[in-house]
Amino acid sequence: MKTAYNGKILRVNLTTGEIIQEELDIDLAKKFIGGRGLGTKILLDEGVATVDPLSENNKLIFISGPMTGTNVPTGGRYMVVTKSPLNGMIASSNSGGVWGAKLKYAGWDAIIVEGRAEEPVYINIEDEKAEILPANEYWGKTTENLVEEMHKLYPKASILNIGPAGEKLSLIAAVINDKDRAAGRSGVGAVMGSKNLKAISVTASRSVIEPFDSDKLRQSTSDCQKRISENGVTSGGLPAYGTSVLVNIVNNIGAFPTRNWQEAYFETADKISGETLKENHLVKQSFCHRCPIGCGRVIDFNGKIIGGPEYEPIWAYGANCGVDDLPAINEANYMCNEYGLDAISTPCTIAAAMELYQKGNITDEDCDGVPLNWGSGKAIVEWTKRMGQGYNKLAKLMAKGSYRLCEHYGVPEYSMSVKKQEMPAYDARGIQGIGINYATSNRGGCHVRGYMISPEVLGLPQALDRLSTEGKATWTKIFQDLTACIDSMGMCLFTSFALGAPEYAALLNAAIGTDYTAENLLEVGERIYNIERIFNKLAGMKPEDDRLPRRLTEEPIPEGPSKGELSKISITLPDYYSARGWVDAFPTNETLIRLGLEEEMLKEEAPVE
Amino acid sequence: MIEIRLFATLRDGRDKIIKLDSTSFTVAGDVLKHLSICPEDVAIYLINGKHSNQDAPIKDGDIIAIFPPIGGG
Repeated sequence: MKTAYNGKILRVNLTTGEIIQEELDIDLAKKFIGGRGLGTKILLDEGVATVDPLSENNKLIFISGPMTGTNVPTGGRYMVVTKSPLNGMIASSNSGGVWGAKLKYAGWDAIIVEGRAEEPVYINIEDEKAEILPANEYWGKTTENLVEEMHKLYPKASILNIGPAGEKLSLIAAVINDKDRAAGRSGVGAVMGSKNLKAISVTASRSVIEPFDSDKLRQSTSDCQKRISENGVTSGGLPAYGTSVLVNIVNNIGAFPTRNWQEAYFETADKISGETLKENHLVKQSFCHRCPIGCGRVIDFNGKIIGGPEYEPIWAYGANCGVDDLPAINEANYMCNEYGLDAISTPCTIAAAMELYQKGNITDEDCDGVPLNWGSGKAIVEWTKRMGQGYNKLAKLMAKGSYRLCEHYGVPEYSMSVKKQEMPAYDARGIQGIGINYATSNRGGCHVRGYMISPEVLGLPQALDRLSTEGKATWTKIFQDLTACIDSMGMCLFTSFALGAPEYAALLNAAIGTDYTAENLLEVGERIYNIERIFNKLAGMKPEDDRLPRRLTEEPIPEGPSKGELSKISITLPDYYSARGWVDAFPTNETLIRLGLEEEMLKEEAPVE
Repeated sequence: MIEIRLFATLRDGRDKIIKLDSTSFTVAGDVLKHLSICPEDVAIYLINGKHSNQDAPIKDGDIIAIFPPIGGG
């Protein structure tokens, strides 16, 4: 039966040099959709949950979804799924650009990379052909230079790579593709570096994916395009201002974490807003594959045309470091792409270092000429470079992320992280639902596992009182489950401003021949969320890992529109576990059976209801 | 006085921050008429940082932030 899957996986063992083509189990793929869901299932089945993340036993999966490469709006995304070296739990980092679509057009649904090469290598894929080649001459190169060099050999290739940070096993290293798109989070770049794998170039001669039912997919695609083009967010705010259009609203409700979350209102936020970025730096929008939205920014940086920052790095380098110097933020963000660093965790670690400097833990001597002062544009740029280079003792420590940095100084509570991964740009003291999502995200501090900002701040699909706990656990679960589907399909989460579960189900049914309804599609998402949790349990996660930093539950927001607020996570977390059918942070056997996860049922360990 | 803060497309052809005499306005929606902003173009009203709506009463000293539909992540 024809489906939008290619039906083929490429398995590359860098220890033995063996390259194998495997058949995709289509039934299994349909059960977990693809991307994040299927990638996690493969890792779990292959025993990766218990391995050392930076050992040759870890596996690194680059995996598309069934929508990747189709004409469906935003159908071009892929995920990097592996065991995270940052926190030892599941990592699934999502990226756009064109690389994912090229992989699909080349004929592959996924690449599973195993083992470790003795010397630096890269993988070159040209349709059916796949080869492992020496990369000694590329090792050490930053992204732009590397891509230019590789394009001399492969002019039509899309390049995915790590930078020096991944080579040096920074635990917050990203995987970069197409120069400025990133699978940024959870240290996936370090896993790639640990395998001595510098890059994967993909050249494809095809540009079409044949779905299960072309007519139905065309019809559903047209319906989705119409909804996206009529939606005020996806046709207005996002294309015009990019994601940093959020700076002003989040600041105006007083939930814009400032100076490492010591405050939540940044007086000069408008200087780093999407409006200011547009007025002073924007050259044009940029679009990922098949994207009708175009939230990406192309900016002018001192005459050089580069990819511009998203909302998250603007916040993290900006308010969170007390910096309102937008050109410095643009440069620091560019350095993240060049060195291959997570553009959330890197600036958040600098913010933590600034608090350590403020409080005397870090000294001027440690800073070696670049003091970590709040508000210093020079500090955010230079320390990003230093982290990417492993410049000195402090930079090497910072490259391990804020948790290990703060733990080193005996104050882990200054690390504003969950499961050792830095939280993003919304203060959970002033937005109750997002705190549930942060605490329970399977990959640690993250907003895009269940984007509760949508109902709690933006009023979409309906407005919820951001300070109330009422109903938030159930809402969070639904958002997390739907997001797991979208991530697994190979589409962009931003489509969910305009589309809902019925539209996603219709797209999937036309593409792969399933008969999902809105309701049972959400159940697939729930299955994915639960299998990730099982991975984490096997990897050693404890119930106490579902927690927020002490600052959010014990230090009220000091000033601004959310003054006095604290996270009420102790009230909402039990509600969340109840909604999920979990006891002490893990699914019961009954829940696993309901979701068709009998294989994953850990009979001897699962709690008894 | 009340302070009106405009964002995104609502700034087109208008100042970012506008201060008005509070006695001329009863509810948040009255400000829209004064600034020639179509209510359909507005998605979010904040009064002193709290989500509100166009029928909410306003008083002297209030800060009213007005946004068109926006989103991101």
